[in-house]
Amino acid sequence: MKDQFRLIEFNLNGKDVAKMVDCRASLTDMLRDDYRMTSVKKGCEVGECGACNVIIDGECYNSCIYLAVWAKGKKIRTLESLLGPNGELSDIQQAFIDETAVQCGFCTPGFIMTAIEILETGKEYSDDELRKQLSGHLCRCTGYENILRAVKKTMYKRLGKPMPTAT
Amino acid sequence: MGNVGKSVTRIDAFDKVTGRAKYTDDLCDKSALVIKIVHSTIAHGHVKKVDIAEAEAVPGVVKVFTCFDVPDIPFPTAGHPWSTEESHQDTADRKLLNAHVRYHGDEVAAVVAENEVAAAQAVRLVKVDYEELPFVLDPQEAMKEGAPQIQEDFPGNVLKHTSINNGNYEEAIKEPGLICVDKWYDTATVQHCHIENHIVFAQGENGRLVITSSTQIPHIVRRTVGQALGMPWGKIRIIKPYIGGGFGNKQDTLYEPLAAWVSQQLGGRLVKLDCTREETFVSNRVRHAIRSHIVSWLRPDGTFVARKLEAFSDQGAYASHGHSIVAKGMGCFPQMYPCPNIQADAYTVYTNKAVSGAMRGYGIPQAMFAVESHTDDICKALNMDPEGFRRKNIMPVGFKDGFSKNENYYDSFGQCADKAMAYMDYRNKYEAYKNQTGPIRKGIGLSYFWYNTGVWPISLEHSSCRMVMNQDGSMQLQVAETEIGQGADTAYAQMGADAVGIKDYRDVHVVSSQDTDVTPFGLGAYASRQTYVCGFSIRQTGEILKNKILAYAHELTRMPVDTLDVVDSNIVRKTDSRVLMPLSELCTEAFYSLSHSEHLTAESTYQIKSNAYSFGCCIAEVEVDIPLCKAQVTKIINVHDCGSLINPALAEAQVHGGMSMGIGYGMSEQLLFDPKTGKALNDNLLDYKLSTFMDHPHLEAQFVENAEPTSPYGTKALGEPPACPVAPAIRNAILNATGVAIDKLPLNPHVLFERFSEEGLINDPWREVKAHV
Repeated sequence: MKDQFRLIEFNLNGKDVAKMVDCRASLTDMLRDDYRMTSVKKGCEVGECGACNVIIDGECYNSCIYLAVWAKGKKIRTLESLLGPNGELSDIQQAFIDETAVQCGFCTPGFIMTAIEILETGKEYSDDELRKQLSGHLCRCTGYENILRAVKKTMYKRLGKPMPTAT
Repeated sequence: MGNVGKSVTRIDAFDKVTGRAKYTDDLCDKSALVIKIVHSTIAHGHVKKVDIAEAEAVPGVVKVFTCFDVPDIPFPTAGHPWSTEESHQDTADRKLLNAHVRYHGDEVAAVVAENEVAAAQAVRLVKVDYEELPFVLDPQEAMKEGAPQIQEDFPGNVLKHTSINNGNYEEAIKEPGLICVDKWYDTATVQHCHIENHIVFAQGENGRLVITSSTQIPHIVRRTVGQALGMPWGKIRIIKPYIGGGFGNKQDTLYEPLAAWVSQQLGGRLVKLDCTREETFVSNRVRHAIRSHIVSWLRPDGTFVARKLEAFSDQGAYASHGHSIVAKGMGCFPQMYPCPNIQADAYTVYTNKAVSGAMRGYGIPQAMFAVESHTDDICKALNMDPEGFRRKNIMPVGFKDGFSKNENYYDSFGQCADKAMAYMDYRNKYEAYKNQTGPIRKGIGLSYFWYNTGVWPISLEHSSCRMVMNQDGSMQLQVAETEIGQGADTAYAQMGADAVGIKDYRDVHVVSSQDTDVTPFGLGAYASRQTYVCGFSIRQTGEILKNKILAYAHELTRMPVDTLDVVDSNIVRKTDSRVLMPLSELCTEAFYSLSHSEHLTAESTYQIKSNAYSFGCCIAEVEVDIPLCKAQVTKIINVHDCGSLINPALAEAQVHGGMSMGIGYGMSEQLLFDPKTGKALNDNLLDYKLSTFMDHPHLEAQFVENAEPTSPYGTKALGEPPACPVAPAIRNAILNATGVAIDKLPLNPHVLFERFSEEGLINDPWREVKAHV
């Protein structure tokens, strides 16, 4: 029993935290159950759908196939970190609203975190490149159409360039 | 005024982009016991013995229930309204756990444990002894004499057979000079793949059971849980929070009765049952695979003389929605292309496979694949242009269906096709792609679709609405029709604001979570009915509330009621348009008045006895790599006439999702079953190929807005229709590209390889060898 739990220290959304975690628990379990991060969704728990996606040390991971104990010493970012100090939405969240990229909302947080990873590269990507980078996420409501529009619009806004009109 | 018709922002968007919107699992207390199901590992047989000793010894296991412990009460699961006529009630053919297992994945036992790991360990330790029986996986095989008997009450495995006979088919085909097109079409078993799996938690509360579930049909589930447990329906309370998609899978009673019963056995302890993705694929519901045989007799000028349809619907092991699905598909057959002599037969047949239920389109995607593929096959046989042939034969304006009393008020088919053809440059491309050679060929294909709105007159249609004013002139609005991701709540807020005279839809607070103790009674999210039916109850309730507001305004202003109105959240004198007071001032006075205090509320039910056709089309362009046997959709459009749009941006988004589902249905999706064992082979999101971000081009969605005359807001069905015409449009595009008719879904390389080699487009060196095996 004593080997089953381990104390880990890590940084969650900018704050240093410590937790005793079950060695068998996934990062999804820990974020949902211990920290009530409801943005981290369970869609398959085997790394197929992307709904549980979080950023670990700057890189996106499916948290369902990442053990909680591996979070030791890592910087973890979830969707909850995106709200500004006065409760304002980030540009990409606002774009998801404006472009009607949200329907049932279950895949939305995971998509937004991958979008953050893409946007933070500061690079300009073609539609095909964006599609490829976002393809680790499954969505059954939107046909991905408006999600692409939201990410693309935000990318051009951050780059300070006008968005090309043709799709 | 003027909220309806605008692309306003969804009312739940902020909570969803911040991850704050609460879904079922987010609401479940972490103290919940976990239920895990022991599923059958054989396709058909009787459970002889279940040894639970080892499972119960696992630390953390609370209890193991088996198929021998559950009440002997068969219950139905279909998300249909209750019928007070026994003959119209759904088939009750399953128990909470089943000793007669009828498919690989059936429920045999349920483990309850303090945590998921213990529950999963215990599931593996439950030992089940079976007496195995022969099984059958194909509906037509299941209909043969001597086939395994799946359900005791249905000898021959036919759940239901219905027919349509118009005119005299046998006589009509004797006319000399007719051309006959006789073909079979097969659709695949597919699954809904909503991203949130079905999940339910239950606990006792003051002698009742409170069940929180990811469901589209809270009020129906309340009744079916009551039936399954033999409990009075009022003792059950269902709560439906936000749900992560449904598409029809959750228009069925899934594990709510089992979770409720387990909680009851444990003195009302909190229990949770959270389906895995694999369980969602196999042990929830799937779309019926339907095999259709269509025979058309035409004159050389392209006039239909007689038509025959036989449809065999693969029900799987339990009735669920059963025959209503193939019956809906058959129902559109005589209507879509009217023909004086029709003979149609639909069979719904039990097989030892995953249970088929409702799925977006409810039999119409299957029917459209058969009917619209057949339409192009006719055109090929007659050497006619598919677009012109459709215009000549499609349901004419003024057509009225005798049963539903549906009327085709507009030339929706033609208008939608015109828009789609213009966008795609259809005519030029169709001609240019006709006679290609070479390994890479392009093609363009068209498919119309038929749909209707809601379930009247097959079943009850009504909507109830409650409106409650606040001190500030804002309002709560409740209906029983549920938000499942489509944006229904936002449409209700827009319609509600306009019905009462509230300026901004954001001042209409839709109570999104359904709770059978709190919400008005209603039916739920299915049949693309909700915006249509709520339109009636919201308009009617809005009128009642407005009259109460104006009566109160009369007291405050001494103006006659009929000179007053509520406009943009103000009390306005109509005669000179003068604003007499803000609605907020009136409401505050009404709340707190020492002389006449009144809580301004209204509630009403509207029973709908009409239905509405909802038509449109899809045109798809493909590129076919013949040596690779691979087709790719390169350009696509859907055009819909769903009446006046309540929210154009949400409508467009709805069409995108349906098109994506249609592309998956057409190109890649198929749940496969091992013929040797009946086990599902690809019950996960890696091996089951639903459309990813990479699998389709830009999805163009356009509309023709002919106001539906029966609806107060001019609206009609849009939820399901977008998924209906896509697969046949792609199939017809491949026909245009290659000259090869492919009559089986999905249009993946396996199927194309088979057909291209049959047609001599490619050379399969093993073909002759295989033919002799």
